[in-house]
Amino acid sequence: MAQHISSAFDRDLEAVQAQIIKMGGLVEAAILDSAKALEERDTELAEKVRKADKAVDALETTINEECARIIALRAPVSTDLRTVLAVMKINGNLERVGDYAKNCAKRVPVIAQGQRISGPDAALRRMAREVQDMLKDMLDALIQRDAALAADVRLRDQDVDQMYNALFREVLTFMLEDPRNITACMHLHFIAKNIERMGDLVTNMAEQVIYLVTGELPEDPRPKGDNTSLIAEVK
Amino acid sequence: MNDMRYIERATDMNETKITARDVHVFYGDSEAIKGVDVDIQARAVTAFIGPSGCGKSTFLRTINRMNDTIPSCRVTGGITLDGEDIYDKRVDVVQLRQKIGMVFQKPNPFPKSIYDNIAYGPRIHGLTKNKAEMDEIIEKSLRRAAIWDEVKDRLQAPGTGLSGGQQQRLCIARAIATSPEVLLMDEPCSALDPIATAQVEELIDELRQEYTVVIVTHSMQQAARVSQKTAFFHLGHLVEYGDTSDIFTNPKDQRTESYISGKIG
Repeated sequence: MAQHISSAFDRDLEAVQAQIIKMGGLVEAAILDSAKALEERDTELAEKVRKADKAVDALETTINEECARIIALRAPVSTDLRTVLAVMKINGNLERVGDYAKNCAKRVPVIAQGQRISGPDAALRRMAREVQDMLKDMLDALIQRDAALAADVRLRDQDVDQMYNALFREVLTFMLEDPRNITACMHLHFIAKNIERMGDLVTNMAEQVIYLVTGELPEDPRPKGDNTSLIAEVK
Repeated sequence: MNDMRYIERATDMNETKITARDVHVFYGDSEAIKGVDVDIQARAVTAFIGPSGCGKSTFLRTINRMNDTIPSCRVTGGITLDGEDIYDKRVDVVQLRQKIGMVFQKPNPFPKSIYDNIAYGPRIHGLTKNKAEMDEIIEKSLRRAAIWDEVKDRLQAPGTGLSGGQQQRLCIARAIATSPEVLLMDEPCSALDPIATAQVEELIDELRQEYTVVIVTHSMQQAARVSQKTAFFHLGHLVEYGDTSDIFTNPKDQRTESYISGKIG
């Protein structure tokens, strides 16, 4: 990338992107740790995830302020403008993903108290790993200005949706089998839904990367694999 | 949705006021403009941007044949105003410049009264029959240039006694007194402070209701604020021409990108 005549402008743009990457790293860890805490019924780790979200929130505020400063002082145009706009949107979406991870962690102590329903744990962890992988690739695409990789991330959300569909059916079956499972299953389902929403947010972010690189948002409809709203009854 | 902003941004896409085809300009042996094709829209503000020496001012001057005054200057190719060749031998340059007014970088009021500054053009073109008509043109022009309230009580005072911003608006009033169709502006705000600049920019935006405005500016932000169309010149070529919002959010040419975002190379 060509450099600005004003080197301070380059430093500002690089700094704000470095902060996004740092925030992304924290959120990736939160996703994996919350899934691990669930699988291992590790309430201490869950508590750690909850506390770590404060750092993510603080970074969000810093990045917003930095972006406002760049807009006010540098009046960015063209790629610079798209960079700042994309960073701001990714910033907001990342913070939400962090919140979902925190919410997953919050449910771990309740689930840990009830009787163990082990089926969904591994599936949830697979789902979390997939979303974390999408997030990592989205951040790589952002730094490398790789629209193709971002487009790939966008497509992978379907897999997450399908895993969610399968989980939805599974927890429904557990609830039908034994009403004592309902509390835990409701929480497991919320966790699954949280991870599925994370996938959607990562997709949003990938679209912002595509906008940053190409100047246009993708026009084709976003691939959707979540059809649980159509499921009436499990047979 | 009847959002006023969309109406404000809209330009009449179908009406072309000025057409340039394969325009080359030479100063002696050196070629300043190397084949420019452009269609300038009626009742819109078109901004010419580009680094110093890129040919934007030279090209602006070819539109009202200001380059005729430079002996070594030679223009080839065709420029038409409403479909008529302005370089045709039968064209009266004085008449042409009545239709195509110009405002310069430095405010240059005549060393005369404010009144006479405005009256000069209409007088030499014989546009008025009596003093009442002239008074009307004076008031109308000064009002349209948003300076009437500031000078109405001292029309006989010298124009050179006004502040820089007022002088520039006086020059704009003088340029529109002959009812031109096109207004060319060569960095009209570069000698003005931010408040006077804002006033002139607001004026430019109002003027486009009736006039076709072409403005050369070194300020990217000014081009972004006042124009609907932007043309980027580089080394005598017209590199990119399009809607201002597109040029500033998603330019197609790497050279445009580098220039507007202040990058090296």
